[in-house]
Amino acid sequence: MARTITCSQITAAVEQLCREANYYLGEDVRQSLEKALAREVSPPGREVLKQLLDNATIAATEEVPICQDTGVAVIFLELGQDVRIEGGYLYDAINAGVARGYTGGYLRKSMVYPPVDGKNSGDNTPAIIHTRIVPGDHLTITVAPKGGGSENMSAVGMLTPAAGYEGVKKFVVETVKKAGPNPCPPIVVGVGIGGNFEKCALLAKEALLRPLGQPHPREEIAALEKEILEAINCLGIGPQGFGGRVTALAVHIEIYARHIASFPVAVNIQCHAARHKSVTL
Amino acid sequence: MATKYIRTPLTDAEVSDLRAGDQVFLSGVIYAARDTAHKRLIALLDQGAALPVDLKGQVIYYVGPAPAKPGQAIGSAGPTTSGRMDPYTPRLIGEAGLKGMIGKGSRSPEVKKAIVDHKAVYLAAVGGAGALIARSIKRAEVVAYPELGPEAILALEVDNFPATVINDCYGADLYEEAIARYACK
Repeated sequence: MARTITCSQITAAVEQLCREANYYLGEDVRQSLEKALAREVSPPGREVLKQLLDNATIAATEEVPICQDTGVAVIFLELGQDVRIEGGYLYDAINAGVARGYTGGYLRKSMVYPPVDGKNSGDNTPAIIHTRIVPGDHLTITVAPKGGGSENMSAVGMLTPAAGYEGVKKFVVETVKKAGPNPCPPIVVGVGIGGNFEKCALLAKEALLRPLGQPHPREEIAALEKEILEAINCLGIGPQGFGGRVTALAVHIEIYARHIASFPVAVNIQCHAARHKSVTL
Repeated sequence: MATKYIRTPLTDAEVSDLRAGDQVFLSGVIYAARDTAHKRLIALLDQGAALPVDLKGQVIYYVGPAPAKPGQAIGSAGPTTSGRMDPYTPRLIGEAGLKGMIGKGSRSPEVKKAIVDHKAVYLAAVGGAGALIARSIKRAEVVAYPELGPEAILALEVDNFPATVINDCYGADLYEEAIARYACK
């Protein structure tokens, strides 16, 4: 039995999610920053963390964006196979929500097309939409605005199976070291292992949606997350690159099956404003 | 590491007094400009044409702010990554007299050399603290390239704008010093 969800419901939901994701830092992130402040030994690093916490409070209170880079609207859909979308095309409904959210919410419009010498769309469309068909009759929408600065520091490595977990660790730490102060540390590091070229990149982005500090359910992956986080925090980059022991708040890894000849690894760097909000219709 | 209060435009003497790691509170007028605006400024230098704003002694803040809500001077306004401006910056310092830059992230060897050669300074504002920083910006006015939207050149009147010296005119680099100090041995 199909359950109907209308385009206008979807548009309204996306509009609201765009605003909320940009104004309200998740409680898991705030707590992570507070723990980082307690742990940080560098005076300039501590000052940065205090400013970031103050900033989150101001943004929430005044309902203004946490960061002026209100991001590409990255949208994840979990679409139940028993859902029927009524009133138009699903992706148009989502883009209408993005346009309304970014315009009415006083969010910055950052999408340019064509990519060289292009023109700003003026409403932050098009969104980048990833859809998964799942059992059931619900539609879950997650809006995860992704800033350009941290995105630019991300990387994909097509390693060989011989590299193993040690190779993963080396690639991730090197990517973070190379990024240095550019992605506004403290950062969150999303890692995708397995799949193929495009799948591992998507895994790395999906890894950023996990609540901060929640370990992977597989024991050896959770151990790898912990080990990589420790190695990153030994780099000394610290908050904003001003020096310190907290360069990253968390490392999250997602995995998938791979071709016998391949070992793809993606590192998606996220600034500390790990913004995302979800709703289920 | 000291705390300094300075006003724009900047002089050689003021810049010479700044050291990597100093906390600075800046007041006066600074200019917002980023990628596309920089490209246009360099094109004007190539043509020997006048720039839309006089940059002598001035400070450019690398920012593309969020739109202002009614009643706000400016929307959230944290720094963008300065490295993208590296190809343009040495000539703005050397030929246009630019004295200070505010952004975040590392600068190229060419930019650092221009900073030393011409007594300039590069400062970082806290990336991701745009709502907080916006409070120190009292007025914002488009002064060039309005068609660029968030990349237009703005004159910003700032009051105690918080920033940290990263590259001083003696060649010091806070980012490099920081890692040397805090990396695990």
